[in-house]
Amino acid sequence: MLSAHDRFQRGALIDHHMAHTFEAREIGFWWYLLSDAIIFALLFVTYGVMVDRTAGGPDAAALVDLNRAFIETLCLLASSFTFALADLAAEGNDRPRTVAWLAVTTMLGGAFLCIEGLEFIELVLAGAGPDRSGFLSAFFTLVGTHGLHVSVGMIGLLALLAQIRVFGLSRPVKSRLRRLGLFWHFLDVIWVGVFTFVYLAGSL
Amino acid sequence: MNWLGRLSLDALPLYSPIAAIGAGVEVLAGLAIVLLIWRKGWWTRLWRDWLTTVDHKKLGVMYVVLALVMLLRGFADAFLMRTQQAIALNSEGILPPDHFDQIFTAHGTIMIFFMAMPFLVGLLNIVVPLQIGARDVAFPRLNAMSLWMTAAGAALVLLSLVLGTFSTAGWTGYPPYSELATTPDTGVDYWIWSVLIAGVGSTMTGINFLVTILRERAPGMTLMRMPLLTWTALVTSVLMVFAFPALTVSTVMLALDRDLGMHFFTNGGGGNMMNYMNLFWIWGHPEVYILILPAFGIFSEVVATFSRKPLFGYASLVYATAAIGILSFTVWLHHFFTMGASANVNAAFGIATMVIAVPTGVKVFDWLFTMYHGRVRFTAPMLWTLGFIVTFVIGGATGVLLSIPPVDFAMHNSVFLVAHFHNMLVPGALFGYLAGYMYWFPKVFGFRLDERWGKRSFWAWIIGFYLAFMPLYATGIMGMPRRMEHYSNAAWQPLLWVAELGAVFIGIGVLCLAIQLAVSIRHREALRDTTGDPWDGRTLEWATASPPPAWNFDVQPTVHALDELAWRKARHYDATADGAPAPIVMPNDTASGVWLGALAFVFGFAMVWYVWWLAALSLCGLIGFVVFAMFSETPEFRVVDAPEVTPC
Repeated sequence: MLSAHDRFQRGALIDHHMAHTFEAREIGFWWYLLSDAIIFALLFVTYGVMVDRTAGGPDAAALVDLNRAFIETLCLLASSFTFALADLAAEGNDRPRTVAWLAVTTMLGGAFLCIEGLEFIELVLAGAGPDRSGFLSAFFTLVGTHGLHVSVGMIGLLALLAQIRVFGLSRPVKSRLRRLGLFWHFLDVIWVGVFTFVYLAGSL
Repeated sequence: MNWLGRLSLDALPLYSPIAAIGAGVEVLAGLAIVLLIWRKGWWTRLWRDWLTTVDHKKLGVMYVVLALVMLLRGFADAFLMRTQQAIALNSEGILPPDHFDQIFTAHGTIMIFFMAMPFLVGLLNIVVPLQIGARDVAFPRLNAMSLWMTAAGAALVLLSLVLGTFSTAGWTGYPPYSELATTPDTGVDYWIWSVLIAGVGSTMTGINFLVTILRERAPGMTLMRMPLLTWTALVTSVLMVFAFPALTVSTVMLALDRDLGMHFFTNGGGGNMMNYMNLFWIWGHPEVYILILPAFGIFSEVVATFSRKPLFGYASLVYATAAIGILSFTVWLHHFFTMGASANVNAAFGIATMVIAVPTGVKVFDWLFTMYHGRVRFTAPMLWTLGFIVTFVIGGATGVLLSIPPVDFAMHNSVFLVAHFHNMLVPGALFGYLAGYMYWFPKVFGFRLDERWGKRSFWAWIIGFYLAFMPLYATGIMGMPRRMEHYSNAAWQPLLWVAELGAVFIGIGVLCLAIQLAVSIRHREALRDTTGDPWDGRTLEWATASPPPAWNFDVQPTVHALDELAWRKARHYDATADGAPAPIVMPNDTASGVWLGALAFVFGFAMVWYVWWLAALSLCGLIGFVVFAMFSETPEFRVVDAPEVTPC
């Protein structure tokens, strides 16, 4: 049998180890984001190479709807802001507020995905799908990869909301919230690139 | 709707008798292993002690076992190719063309992704945490997942021999040949998915080792006190994190072209196949150094230990390693000098390629000067190292030759090139891994490997290497293209028979490795290492027991110098000064790695055969699995009692 003192000591050891691990996970996550950034960099470069390769199909100017992209941008920028508010609330152990801001973030992310999905469907129906030309392949892959990342972030958000309900704002949950936040802001940065190089440049 | 996708009885390998035999051997070997485990009643132990472990040393051992198994397969492919080319003057030889193409593709894919990568990651797994005085890697569970992702990729390649065909597009999978229009069967898909799945595992390994080396070092171990193997592991990890995304992007785009009719690299529809070469080699050239740098690290450890001297020019070796790491990203275009870039572009990449030989040359001199005035012991690991130094310099010289674009125009796609890169990778990577395998074996298992059989293996390998590849330089200059299934130039044939003889010698070398293992296990009592330090080593991994306890060090050592153990021996350092034993936090074992690997394998299989429902199901499984893993609130760690330290 362990004495109360031993149990306390063991608990403290595990606590200390967990803190060390959470820190390591955050650093590891930064490295992951860097490798992900390279994926996007290569997709951007590919888009740049392919942008004129329309094979007689529509070019960027023909299919870019700047208004819609602007609304998408607003959704995503706002969601990054609300995620930061959720992070702050979690820092202050304010559970209802954390949940509320995360819910708003999820809705904004959902709105973004809906608009993007709508855009994709319209393009495909108009005969401008990813198999139409090299340009459209690059367009769908770049924008779609970003959208895929947002979808993954949405799964993470829903999982975190569920976890807060089950475990409360426990240390592991807060640590995951912190990393998901990094991911979400990272996607925001990538979107700024997509908006600039695909939508803004395309509308010129 | 067809529930099995395009899977049917036609998938059986009846297109070539040799393929059918190979498939039979593979299936029977698999069955024999399963039967053996069953008869011996090892399932529980296998599952509990190995498959579900997160111990970095055991994961490392499993990586090396995977690598050695795949080495056998890769060698069998090589031997078939050499035999075919020796025979096939104005005749068909023993292999139908389509099968020959599969074999050279499988040989390259296996040797790079499923022999060399697991071998080096396995050795790093075993050694690096011990060398830096850590209890484990930073993310033990992620480590297990990486192993099982790699194994899933390897399993897909092995499966391709039994069901369907493997790619005929070469290990680089160049479009437009690898596009659906030209190669509609399963081959390229097997290649894409096995490489992709294993590649994700490698990226995770890179992140894991980066964080491990940056954060888990024992107190006192500054960056410039890290043993050189750890330094090469650090640079290799950076390369993995930054280079593997390029492989992911190029293979996914190829898959999108094939599966969704996109036009990244197709001949029509605005595709630009040149972009594939760029993307692929942005990964591919750093990959060369991912394979070679850890071997350089191993050679450095081996040379210092068996010369009984500190490494000459430690700092220059560190800077050379870092310089190679950076330069490796600046030379990728030399892989396609002949594909129409401007002369200025070719010149820039040619110069970058020549420059990268400089830090490599620095290293060679450092190793030579380490031996100079040392008391050199000619053990098996040392022989591999010496063989490497001599052979690698020859390969390097041919590389500088090829880095001159006009010369490359004459030589590209000839067997001269094949001879060159084998001349770099066989001594520069494989010899290093084998040296490391023989050097650290006693650390992991508590007994040494038999020296005599190790030396026999070395001599067979090195003789075989020269016989097998020097003739290819000659036939290359005589104009022999690579990947020839048969030919009509009689002048090549005598040289190709010499190469065949070389393959026989290498086969003997492989056999000696197997005998060495068997003999050593039989004589393990005589070969027992009771000290934990059988070679009079210099670095921390030799400061703990052989095999080390699960927590590596009973008391985490404090580091005072580069070559800490040598420092301690010279000063008769009392290890109790490191502190008293205390309870240790250990990671819990988990089956999640195995399940993740299994799901990834099923997903890859479904994608290859267009079994869309299974692909969707396994993908949902993968997502659900990760989300579920995120829900673990219980600590993944437990506390073990303070170890009882026996005074020595």
